[in-house]
Amino acid sequence: MVYRLSWGRKLFVTANYAFLCLISLLCIIPFIHILSLSLSSSTAAAAGLVKLWPVELTFASYQNVLNKQEFLHAFWISLQRVVLGTSVNILLTVLIAYPLSKEIRDLRWRTKYVWFFIFTMLFSGGLIPLYVTIKATGLMDTIWALIVPGAVPIFNVVLLLNFFRGLPRELDEAARIDGAGHFLILWKIYVPLSVAALATVTLFSMVGHWNSWFDGLIFMNSPEHYPLQSFLQTIVIQRDLRFLKPEDAELLKVVSDRTNNAAQIFVAALPILLVYPFLQRFFIHGIVLGSVKE
Amino acid sequence: MIRKMWATEWPLHLMLLPGIAIVLIYSYGPMVGIMIAFEHFVPARGIFGSEWVGFDNFKFVMSLPDTYRVLYNTIFIAFMKMIAGQMVPIVFALLLNEVRNTVMKRSVQTLVYLPHFLSWIILGGIMIDILSPSSGLVNQTLQTLGFKPIFFLGDAHWFPYVLVVSDIWKEFGFSTIVYLAALTSINPALYEAAAIDGANRWRQTRHVTLPGIVPIITLLATLSLGQILNAGFDQVFNLYNPQVYETGDILDTLVYRLGLEQAQYGMATAVGLFKSAVSLLFISVSYWLAYRFANYRIF
Repeated sequence: MVYRLSWGRKLFVTANYAFLCLISLLCIIPFIHILSLSLSSSTAAAAGLVKLWPVELTFASYQNVLNKQEFLHAFWISLQRVVLGTSVNILLTVLIAYPLSKEIRDLRWRTKYVWFFIFTMLFSGGLIPLYVTIKATGLMDTIWALIVPGAVPIFNVVLLLNFFRGLPRELDEAARIDGAGHFLILWKIYVPLSVAALATVTLFSMVGHWNSWFDGLIFMNSPEHYPLQSFLQTIVIQRDLRFLKPEDAELLKVVSDRTNNAAQIFVAALPILLVYPFLQRFFIHGIVLGSVKE
Repeated sequence: MIRKMWATEWPLHLMLLPGIAIVLIYSYGPMVGIMIAFEHFVPARGIFGSEWVGFDNFKFVMSLPDTYRVLYNTIFIAFMKMIAGQMVPIVFALLLNEVRNTVMKRSVQTLVYLPHFLSWIILGGIMIDILSPSSGLVNQTLQTLGFKPIFFLGDAHWFPYVLVVSDIWKEFGFSTIVYLAALTSINPALYEAAAIDGANRWRQTRHVTLPGIVPIITLLATLSLGQILNAGFDQVFNLYNPQVYETGDILDTLVYRLGLEQAQYGMATAVGLFKSAVSLLFISVSYWLAYRFANYRIF
């Protein structure tokens, strides 16, 4: 449809574009500022000269961060956690979503099972009972404490379940007439047909594991077992100096706390920024999957 | 009959088994642990060996003057987030919907969705830096404009608003997605009919667009009721400090300090139980309303 643009309309469109640009800038400026800080010299940062462009460009902060054993170790634990945790999540999500996507006549207890899972979204025991449970089952201070309690992501299950229900039933029936069992049908028909939906829940799961910090903080007794986000929580947020060694104190003369923190923040955000293009492609899909249906 | 049912259904039950076992232990297990709220809990003696004290923990928590302040803070912060978290994305989606240029639209979306995917550790670290009263970007800008610097994270008056604004900053972009989807599903014929009847863009927005998204607005507003005691632990925990406890301390942070810092397990569990129970009530009512009036079902 072709509009003849009136003056008022033109004015609105211009103002609207300007406004949207301004808002977008507000969303991105803090990140640009942190990036600039991390690339500036510590004296320039301490003097407050750094705005949105590096002043006295240097990679000293990054060199320092990447030479820091604790940081690299925490990064490594986070990577392990993402790989292990996401695999467990996806396996369980698929295994639960498939039976629950069946009709009552195929699975009589379907409603009971669904409520069993959904109820955990509505009510929880709370922090202390969870802590006691983790302790009682011996997960304390192991990487499994970060993976097992959240191994069944109910939201993802609901998402995939709804996707499975949208697949044509004829495929399923044809396979069954040919003598295929449920495991074969799930593996040979449902999984290949849901690659896009699976990619969505995989990304959700990966981002969730990368970003988690509280479980690491409370379930790990020794800081050497902290994943990156928990490690950063103690360094950047609590400003815990336990990690500071005497030789680091020397270093602080060259690399200030501020540029150092900026570099650590940026490295921790980097994996998310790297998968962000994929995230953007899939998450809209995911939201639409999970939102209102007829 | 039963045997026949098992003969065809057993693989389905088998698939569910591992998930059920984990959920049973790690979600329903802690629900048994709620007993701690009614005990003088001693870790060495366990949940079943500790002394039963009835409602003493609840009585003691309610006798503390701080409890009511914390409850008020929680509702105040959560309520402001609920209201603003609805309004801002709607307005933004409407404005974005007016953009015809696809490149522009995509670029704006790319930039505003980003903060949603980063943790409050990253964003908290960034905020502590840019809101610093001496060297932060925000206060430098304020000073250039001739204002006095504000200690945003250390001033009890400002703190709740900093929480709300930063939460909106993180989430508004992502929240627009649902509204944008609703906007594209409005029948274009309605706009053409309105245009033929002489309606300009503003009147089309008022009489076609807005009525078109009212159902989804109502639905999301109803569902957000369940968040009434959710002021956002991740955010508050990473930004607050003793100076702003007066206005920034919320139920979840209180549970953390009582339970894991002061080892008052019974009291912490009691506060947690209060939060879970009230939330359950609100979520149930909101889902019932959504189901009754919008035919909404999650599965």
